[in-house]
Amino acid sequence: MKVMNEMSVSFPSCSANEGFARAAVAAFVAQLDPTVDELCDIKTAVSEAVTNCIVHAYRDTIGTVYINCKIFADGKVIVKVRDRGCGIPDIRQAMQPMFTTAEGERAGLGFAVMESFMDRLHVTSKPGRGTSVILQKTLERRPASHG
Amino acid sequence: MGVRLILKNGILTAVLSGEIDHHSAREIRNEIDSTASKVKPKTLILDFSAVQFMDSSGVGLIMGRCKLMQIWDGSVEIANLPPKIERIVSLAGLNQLCVVRKGNLDESDE
Repeated sequence: MKVMNEMSVSFPSCSANEGFARAAVAAFVAQLDPTVDELCDIKTAVSEAVTNCIVHAYRDTIGTVYINCKIFADGKVIVKVRDRGCGIPDIRQAMQPMFTTAEGERAGLGFAVMESFMDRLHVTSKPGRGTSVILQKTLERRPASHG
Repeated sequence: MGVRLILKNGILTAVLSGEIDHHSAREIRNEIDSTASKVKPKTLILDFSAVQFMDSSGVGLIMGRCKLMQIWDGSVEIANLPPKIERIVSLAGLNQLCVVRKGNLDESDE
């Protein structure tokens, strides 16, 4: 299926941008007329992915977080969140619920939430090169007019 | 984003509002902890009625407060969870760590 619309946004990995990132994706996805719940799921997953970039990928430094979002006429949404940070040596381990390498109060649930709130989650990573997280969800198509 | 603290009969209630993420959690944590460490309440109620968004950073926030309250044998209760936030709380299994109150919490509760 052909891409209906696409947007890209990039920003420094400051925690203040977590809210901006999920709001930007939500505003773009709004073109597909999602339900409040669908939008909340996408916002939560994007927030987790971006927080991972800030907390893990660029742990003691500030780097650039890249988001690309594509929407399709059949209601499919693909969000790619990419960084050029430290990378993940063992993706399987990183995706285990409650596993975290960060100090402080991290629940270790980021990937579990992304997996649970989206239809598909695909993670690729190269240590020293960066990580790319692809989130996919197909929104339920409803009639254009609700009467 | 914000937190309003109410101390009444040894119970500290933190009324949270706005969006809870990694960015806002830090300030919320500091506000709750500085008061809680001083008064050492027997119960800390986290009221989510005015929270519009929460990701897993909020789960970490709740888990951390449970740990803090355990130092003086206090407990944490979660109240007024909006359905969207309840999903992430149950995904994290927080009901095993603290009391998740169902329904509305109001003045007549205590």
